[in-house]
Amino acid sequence: MNYLQLNDSDVQRMLNAMGVERVADLFRDIPAASRLDHPLALPGPLSEMELLADLQRLANANHGLDELTCFLGGGMYDHFIPTVVDELASQSEFVTAYTPYQAEASQGALQAFYEYQTLICLLTGMDVSNASLYEGATAAAEAVLMARAATGRKQVVVSATVHPHTRETLATYLAALPMQIVTVEAPAGVTSPEALRAHVGEQTAAVLIQTPNVFGCVERLDLLSNIAHDCGAMVIASVDPVSCGLLKTPGSLGVYIAVGDAQALGIPLSLGGPSLGFMACKREHMRRMPGRLVGATTDRSGRRAFCLTLQTREQHIRRERATSNICTNQGLCALRVAIHLSALGRGGLAQVARLCLDKAHYAAERIAGLTGFELRFAAPFFKEFVVRTTKNVDAVLGHARRRGILAGVPLGPWYPELSDCLLVAVTEKRTRDEIDRLAAALNEA
Amino acid sequence: MNATDKIAGAGLVPPEKLIFELSHPGLTAVSLADGDVPAAPPARVLPAELLAQSSPPLPEVGELDLVRHFTRLAHRLFSVDSNFYPLGSCTMKYNPKVNERAVAMPGLCHLHPLQPEADLQGILELLYHTRVFLEEIAGLAEATLQPCAGAHGEMTGVMIINAYHRHRGEDRPKILTPDSAHGTNPATCAMCGRHTSTVASGPDGRVDMADLRAKVDSSTAAMMITNPSTVGLFDPQIAEMARILHDQGALLYLDGANMNAILGITRPGDFGVDVMHFNVHKTFSTPHGCGGPGAGPVAVAEHLRPFLPGPQVVKHDDGSFGWASPGPLSIGRVRSFYGQISVLIRTYAYIRALGADGLRQVSEKAVLSANYLAALLKDHYRLPFTPPFAHEFIMVPEFREHGVTELDVAKRLIDYAIHPPTMSWPVAHCLMIEPTECESLATLDEFADAMIAIAEEAKTTPDRLHHAPLTMPVQRLDEVTAARKPDLRWNPPDEPSTQS
Repeated sequence: MNYLQLNDSDVQRMLNAMGVERVADLFRDIPAASRLDHPLALPGPLSEMELLADLQRLANANHGLDELTCFLGGGMYDHFIPTVVDELASQSEFVTAYTPYQAEASQGALQAFYEYQTLICLLTGMDVSNASLYEGATAAAEAVLMARAATGRKQVVVSATVHPHTRETLATYLAALPMQIVTVEAPAGVTSPEALRAHVGEQTAAVLIQTPNVFGCVERLDLLSNIAHDCGAMVIASVDPVSCGLLKTPGSLGVYIAVGDAQALGIPLSLGGPSLGFMACKREHMRRMPGRLVGATTDRSGRRAFCLTLQTREQHIRRERATSNICTNQGLCALRVAIHLSALGRGGLAQVARLCLDKAHYAAERIAGLTGFELRFAAPFFKEFVVRTTKNVDAVLGHARRRGILAGVPLGPWYPELSDCLLVAVTEKRTRDEIDRLAAALNEA
Repeated sequence: MNATDKIAGAGLVPPEKLIFELSHPGLTAVSLADGDVPAAPPARVLPAELLAQSSPPLPEVGELDLVRHFTRLAHRLFSVDSNFYPLGSCTMKYNPKVNERAVAMPGLCHLHPLQPEADLQGILELLYHTRVFLEEIAGLAEATLQPCAGAHGEMTGVMIINAYHRHRGEDRPKILTPDSAHGTNPATCAMCGRHTSTVASGPDGRVDMADLRAKVDSSTAAMMITNPSTVGLFDPQIAEMARILHDQGALLYLDGANMNAILGITRPGDFGVDVMHFNVHKTFSTPHGCGGPGAGPVAVAEHLRPFLPGPQVVKHDDGSFGWASPGPLSIGRVRSFYGQISVLIRTYAYIRALGADGLRQVSEKAVLSANYLAALLKDHYRLPFTPPFAHEFIMVPEFREHGVTELDVAKRLIDYAIHPPTMSWPVAHCLMIEPTECESLATLDEFADAMIAIAEEAKTTPDRLHHAPLTMPVQRLDEVTAARKPDLRWNPPDEPSTQS
């Protein structure tokens, strides 16, 4: 199939209008030596029926969460997505619109992004949110670059409880810059204030903390922030937005830049992407923010209207002095988050957070009561926790999988010292029966 | 808003309140089951110092008001499904509906990235083939699907370039860009600790080879170039540029923004490119979604393979598919997990649907359509460069004596239900026109007629252009105030304003 609408006589008419004999003549600037003299080696074209059959074959070769019970987390979570989110976000005007540079013809997207920015500010207790970044890890890296620019300092202190993908991405981003990463080990599963104090200094641009952290444990942002402030470092917190339904906002706990991955807010898992990286900050750092910002203003007749603003921060204006190179962001994902949070509302978000807390603690209690299993860390947790087992981790996971259960993420690949541990996530979607079946499967393994 | 304003904007696109202004206490549009496990009281299981007194003041609306709100917002929006976008450098082609069906298939959508590979054989196969297709289209040795967007692909590419030189024991701080480069190019170089040096273009829009020769030296890491260039010309000197760079140990980076002009006709690897990124949301028809998500896969020549980010999707000897960890020279991870998977599913579906011949036809029709429009408009707007053009071209409205700028022309086009072209870049006061291959001859002719009518209006009724657009829900905006006194969020009435 193709998606063209010019027939042979159209082509002829167009060539005649130009006084050009053949379409090939339009490509004469491409030197013969560089021209392909054979077709690309690609499989032949498919009709729509054949394409759908091929895609269905590939879909059938997967075993997804439509058939398995998921206790996997580790950065991506199986939260419920209300039907309205899918339906509203798939309206083709939203799907097929360009970036809203032309404000008059883009008010719908601009207003939605202004609402998104407000929702993220309300969630994080911050003054200013941008209109989205790619995903959580790159958002954290961008925040570190912001702190570097704001402080002129050359070191970032990162807790070992920050997701390894975030730390690896940060290391990649900083590889060619004069910026050192210092890691604070956290043997107790949370960042200890004393350990942090021993690692920060007057060269520390920022302290990066994730809460709830990669182990699901809730970090003492209040205490950690104070330590960072004492040496003039900025605090960057990567937060699970669902936990904001229960916990104090990062903004109220001394955080300068709040970032995180918003996949949990209405974005399908889709093998880990696309999701959305949110970023919100205190007003004094607004002009250092990367990415697009939507502002409210008025039109000529005084009506409220929205436009992209503070564009002198951005690459298409400022070029090498831009705050970031980001251009395309995650527009449609930001729309999904805006719809999802609006659908939940104040009460809905709190209810989801409470259900996660209740079910995770029920699951933790059930599993910790089994012979050969215990909770690895004593620190408080939200919707995810680490279990240590005397059994073989792979055998346990394999046994549960044969029962249709994805029991957890093995931690050995990320933390060799935790190779006898599993990371178990429990969202509001999991039922008591499913949790009981998980416990039974672990017990049998 | 007062009652008169409401009437003024009534009809299909009435003014729409903010979602926060629709909030009514106690409402929600979500129905959740009650808890079926014993409660874990937050005060018992979480530190009191961290517990919020109340949850964030999110808007409270019922399902119908939520649906109406976001449906009305959708209607206040131009889109490819409703409007022609001759938007240069952005390749706003039709986004096939079947691709949306594909990404909604439960077996392709509800997949957790940390599931065992055995559960993921279908999606891994799809990603592996997508990777191989892109390698073939690029004429390069290996591609990575990780980068999230074009600019992220550029960054990945420059990091690979850095790693390559570092591995050879060299620190090469300089990257060359032509004066017509996308803004992302110099911004990317800065983020990667490199500085840029600009190479001039000649009056014919092509790279000034003497200037290039003068600027390439042993401190040059690479040149980043878009070819066909942002002025819509394929630079025939490209292979010579590659030779000059390679002779000095430097690399050639291709910004793949304009791949829509050369699919199946020539391949970057065949004209000397070492590393490039694709913008699949341009070339391979994945939707722009009001500004993302896109994807920016990067392809490299053989000598750069060891530096690619990981993990990489691979086909094992037994025919199964999996993830391979990156080797010791890899630049590392550039994001969490694996990539913009649902965007890549659409890429796969598009390439499979079209095949080699279909892709070649895409470029032929895209180039034909651009050149056709240039021919129709050349007597009404100044063309600074000589055809043939690639898939886009630059033209300059010259109505300064009537006080009419390129912005006025572009804004007036909105009243003709056509999205404005790219403006004022890369040539001062220009419009950059890219029709793509998808439009019918009738649409192309309507666009040309509209541009000719606007050229006439510019001379006879210039004020109409100054006030355009006149048919939208809002008129031109006060963008100066928006930037001077930024209002970037709504504030709850009972909370202090954070506006300055």
